[in-house]
Amino acid sequence: MPKRIVIIGGGAGGTITANLLARNLYRQLVSGHVVINMITDKAEHVYQPGFLYVVFDKVRPDEIVRKQKELLDQNINLFVDPAVKIDKENKIVRTQSGKEFPYDYLVIATGSRIVPEDIPGLKEGGHWFYDMEGAKKLRQALKDFPGGRIAITVGVPHKCPVAPLEMTFMLYEYFKQKEMLDKVELFYTYPINRLHSLEPVANWAVPEFEKKGIKSETFFNMEEIDAEKKVVRSMEGSELNYDLLISVPPHKGAPVVAESGLGKDGWIATDKKTLHNEGSDSVYVVGDTTNLPISKAGSTAHFESHIVAERISSEITEGYSETEYDGKVICFVETSFDEATYIWFNYKTPPTPVPPSKMIHWMKLGYNRLYWLSAKGIL
Amino acid sequence: MSVAVDNTIDARGSACPGPTMELIKAMKSSAVGTVVEVLSSDKMTTIDGAAWLKKVGQELVETSDKGGYWSIIAKKIK
Repeated sequence: MPKRIVIIGGGAGGTITANLLARNLYRQLVSGHVVINMITDKAEHVYQPGFLYVVFDKVRPDEIVRKQKELLDQNINLFVDPAVKIDKENKIVRTQSGKEFPYDYLVIATGSRIVPEDIPGLKEGGHWFYDMEGAKKLRQALKDFPGGRIAITVGVPHKCPVAPLEMTFMLYEYFKQKEMLDKVELFYTYPINRLHSLEPVANWAVPEFEKKGIKSETFFNMEEIDAEKKVVRSMEGSELNYDLLISVPPHKGAPVVAESGLGKDGWIATDKKTLHNEGSDSVYVVGDTTNLPISKAGSTAHFESHIVAERISSEITEGYSETEYDGKVICFVETSFDEATYIWFNYKTPPTPVPPSKMIHWMKLGYNRLYWLSAKGIL
Repeated sequence: MSVAVDNTIDARGSACPGPTMELIKAMKSSAVGTVVEVLSSDKMTTIDGAAWLKKVGQELVETSDKGGYWSIIAKKIK
């Protein structure tokens, strides 16, 4: 009987994990001693950080989409068939079509999704850039925008925590190039009492906002939107008028997680070092799906994938695994259309942003193209 | 003071989104009556978290120095 590895989710975390496993376990796969089955709900793979560039016409939508099958090692079996039930007791995953996938090792990489419907009025009154449809709609709304106040609001929890700041700085550049800064007011809000979760980033952003005339309000958590009157009301009791609302909607995990009783709102209790689902040695969790208090970001999923692939490979070939996750996260931060900075941190090392430069921006643009090598487990 | 906590979030070492954001996330997703505790390596969490709870009218139960880390306990009352 071969060892059966099932991976649920074809995003960054699931895809990188699958490809690394296929490389590590090549001999076992071709000899039939290991089988890798990937179950996903989409036939296409989207490079999500690209949405930010779609909004500003810096990238065409089709440049950030590839067929999932083309990204996977040929020894991985792909099933585009959404998982509907994870039965940990019997070690089986059931799919929408009625198939059953027994496993010896399960990797849950079901990611996160935006839930604008959780904020009354947001779907009707707001724009976002966290999915392709939203990014395209916002692109058009910006082209049509005659001037006025653009409010930026941020739901909790959310992935890609630097994106709201990046959006704000890129909006500034966009309207500067359109020679409309005298007609546009940017108003940024943030859930905690500074401009960003990372204190050094927040401290750096303050003078940048002042220099650019960007207004802000902190401790601002969206409670409801009055789409007719164009007002955002916060949990903290304030009201913000807008002409165009750009929001990061709150996020939840995949429905299959909550429906399988594995975690409220779709987040799974995860050991911060081994990445096991707590109390379950045969189940690993990767990427946004974990309940770890770290950034829900592509780089997090990327680094976690290496740990999980290494652990499963070692358990199969050596009978033990010792590799542990140190909490590493790296994020580029676009500060305009031609400069960027980056931050990296882990459980023990706080981030220290470097001054923005053109070189880092070019590295980010380069990585936008190189991502496909990361997904294939090469970079 | 001994408080029955329903949900503890260990956000020690969390740089981003950080302990205060974890407190907001937990309070938003909890049912009324739930007592939430957030552990943090940063003392400022007790100050920032308390300030946010006051702004939104939720109950600060206690903050404490645990020796090397801090705890903030809140109750969702509405």
